[in-house]
Amino acid sequence: MTTLTINDKPIKIDLPADTPLLWALRDFVGLTGTKFGCGIASCGACKVHLDGVPTLSCVTPISAAVGKKIVTIEAIGQDEIGKKVQDAWMSLGVPQCGYCQSGQIMAATALLKQTPKPTDADIDKAMSGNICRCGTYCRIRAAIKQAAGISEVTV
Amino acid sequence: MKKPLDSAELNADDGSLLIANISRRAFLKDLALTGLVLAAGFPMLTRADETAVSPDPQKYGADAMPHGWVDNPLVFVAIATDGTVTIICHRSEMGQGIRTSLPMVVADEMEADWQRVHVKQAPGDEVLYGNQDTDGSRSMRHFFMPMRRVGAAARSMLEAAAAAHWQVPVQEVIAKQHQIFHPASGRVLDYGQLAAAAANLPVPDRETLHLKKQEDFRYIGKGQVGIYDGQDMVTGRAQYGIDTRLKDMFYAVIARPPVFGGKLLSYDANEALKVPGVVKVIELKSSPPPAEYNPLGGIAVIAGNTWAAIQGRNALKIEWEKGPHGSYDSLVYKAELEAAARKPGKVVRSEGDVDAALQSAVKRVEAEYYAPHLAQAPMEPPAATAQIVDGKCEIWACTQAPQVSRERVAKWLKLSEDDVTVHVTLLGGGFGRKSKPDYVIEAALLSQVMDGKPVKLTWTREDDLQHSYFHTVSVEHLEAGLDRQGNTVAWLHRTVAPTISSTFGPDSKHQMPMELSMGVINVPFAIANLRIENPEAEAHTRIGWFRSVSNIPHAFAIQSFVAELAAAAGCDPKDYLLDLIGPPRRIDPRTLGDTWNQGESPVLYPVDTGRLRRVIETVTDAANWGGKLSKGRGLGLAAHYSFVTYVAVVVEVAVSEDGKLSIPRIDVAVDCGPQVNPERIRSQIEGACIMGVSLATLGEISFREGAVLQDNFHAYQLTRMDDAPREIRVHLLPAAEYDTPLGGVGEPGLPPIAPALCNAIFAATGQRIRQLPIRDQLRKD
Repeated sequence: MTTLTINDKPIKIDLPADTPLLWALRDFVGLTGTKFGCGIASCGACKVHLDGVPTLSCVTPISAAVGKKIVTIEAIGQDEIGKKVQDAWMSLGVPQCGYCQSGQIMAATALLKQTPKPTDADIDKAMSGNICRCGTYCRIRAAIKQAAGISEVTV
Repeated sequence: MKKPLDSAELNADDGSLLIANISRRAFLKDLALTGLVLAAGFPMLTRADETAVSPDPQKYGADAMPHGWVDNPLVFVAIATDGTVTIICHRSEMGQGIRTSLPMVVADEMEADWQRVHVKQAPGDEVLYGNQDTDGSRSMRHFFMPMRRVGAAARSMLEAAAAAHWQVPVQEVIAKQHQIFHPASGRVLDYGQLAAAAANLPVPDRETLHLKKQEDFRYIGKGQVGIYDGQDMVTGRAQYGIDTRLKDMFYAVIARPPVFGGKLLSYDANEALKVPGVVKVIELKSSPPPAEYNPLGGIAVIAGNTWAAIQGRNALKIEWEKGPHGSYDSLVYKAELEAAARKPGKVVRSEGDVDAALQSAVKRVEAEYYAPHLAQAPMEPPAATAQIVDGKCEIWACTQAPQVSRERVAKWLKLSEDDVTVHVTLLGGGFGRKSKPDYVIEAALLSQVMDGKPVKLTWTREDDLQHSYFHTVSVEHLEAGLDRQGNTVAWLHRTVAPTISSTFGPDSKHQMPMELSMGVINVPFAIANLRIENPEAEAHTRIGWFRSVSNIPHAFAIQSFVAELAAAAGCDPKDYLLDLIGPPRRIDPRTLGDTWNQGESPVLYPVDTGRLRRVIETVTDAANWGGKLSKGRGLGLAAHYSFVTYVAVVVEVAVSEDGKLSIPRIDVAVDCGPQVNPERIRSQIEGACIMGVSLATLGEISFREGAVLQDNFHAYQLTRMDDAPREIRVHLLPAAEYDTPLGGVGEPGLPPIAPALCNAIFAATGQRIRQLPIRDQLRKD
């Protein structure tokens, strides 16, 4: 039995310690906002925050998350910056199918917490681990800038 | 397991809905109880094809689709006493925004306040709702008018109810923003107050409906309505097929034969069964060809969670027999396609005397283009959940084809269709993959194995990339003859590619009319001597639809070749393309040998070279075509007509000294006829640009010894943020009158991207790309 702190709640998880956090969240806890995309840390759909650090839950065993503060997409709106990111996503109509956007929002929020006024190069670096097959990258970039209060587009 | 079942609730019957109950059987029961005579409004009798008098016996558009269309407001609209208007969306949401756009059309016509509209997803039931195959860029094209009539009929019933209540002539009342007004007396009633009375009124005849004038549209054409599911998507609440959770549910993955047509020889499940959480390992039979939508068979591992199932599968020891396609090798196959493309093949269109014109040409140009297999790779892989209770199967699936899923599951489980319910979840991307319900059938079979208990089947990314219905692979061989002035006087195009029809029938080696009509046979060039041939190609894997289908290789080849001809003639590529297209004219596609025409009427949808010219002129103006660019930069142009929509693209590239490619900007001009939701049209076109760049630069599925080499995103790469075009500017041509035919939107943006990109690379570097993907062909080390 492993106890994890997920979105500020202690939750007991009855799964083997090497189970990836992704599947514990989705199948055991029922937090399905964190998505499966590749299972090999290649697409970013499963991104959560562990003590504020963007982390790929598909390759993070639950044993490695013990004692850490896990935040998922379901709770990121309680964070001031997370909420700003979500609002920017809505105001610019970023999502198409929406499936990858949980991971995109977790990545963008982590970026803005670290770097409140990111350059395009910062955005490229922080966001290139997240694949969007629908192709919403231009709007994601614009939404990050909007959430950051950057009005000038720097190319 | 304590979370409520959102996807189940999505489709649960709602007792508060007064006008109609969306459950078909409940709807029929209501009819029987209330004695309303609604036969005139019942779908089987309302199909336009059965009532309209047409001199042309051929059916087109929605009329030609299975189960046609339905415009009965009782099927699509319900109003609760609190005024909440529930509108049914019967098409699958996969990112195109259809759950916003179609209900928005209904809301506009019925003067419902969008803030008080609730959208409910229809289960698979085409007799009730009309065709539900969400593909072919058809949803708005085929259902704009039926949904307008749905809204107008509902408004008319509300007006009639108010007029009766006030005992005034119906002409004296008007509907506005969720209320009916009687201006003469200043009285007003909310839709909620009128719901019960309106429900008892007859559905007005289609011919008596007054559709809104377009200047009165509140939502249509405005692009002001946000994405209906947007808030759920950004907060993690949105429910996709892979998110379904039922009480006491099992989780499953399947090990499928690595080679298409392969069979299981033996397996050992001992180690798999030792994995904690694994419950059962079971063999699923493979099906004889043709592939159709049948499951591939294999070994299923059923467990208490997805990870345990995956671990169990990893622990299986399996011996496969490769079967007839065990030697499929993409390098060898490419050479076979090239050999076929260099010999005469079946002539599918011929005008003038191409051979003589080539002989006498002052200059001959010849080129071959290769475009590989692709996987759709939606970010949500295929997934479905099934349970069987008391002989009734209930399914939750991310499917583009809910009715087909239902029919096939019924057949496989030997149930009546009425005993199979397919709930449609959100789709985390589709791109054609989720039109094929093999995975839905798999889930149903696994539930059957588990005595009807709920089972969720998940495809891992490896499954998705290795067992898809792949986009075809193609060699396009083109030859042209130029006269002294550089004009093209002869055009020979041989297109060789395994056909989608091979998935559905034996020995299909020629492209279907549908595939040939995707830009190759209906090429609208004014060339006197023109021949198009289609040599044979045998399929060795499941060939299927990928967003924009055969338009991808056809547009890549043709639009690249035009730029090559321009270079050979020493002309500007834009001027040369416009010269080839010739003067504005409306061409009957049948005169081009195109008998398919995207399923649309050749009269309503001719090939309009004026519209094609206009998008080219628009996009080149916007992109400052002909302007001066710095070294290593170049502009490339391509235009393509597909899904009855006209698109032209200018890509700007920058290629560094060492051959690193970047794309500062793409301009796209689109003429898709009337624009219902311009905001979502823009997002679709932006997405098509990035998917187009992705397939042109990186996309390739290849086979060796029968099996797919790429197993995840490290090997099947997709464009990411850092390599995406930095800016995309979408130029929508001014909307025509809303009673003119609509074009498609989801797909037509994609085909011209690859050739425009390659033409830009040529402009920047002088290097001509004829083999996709580009990958490291530009590298200089």
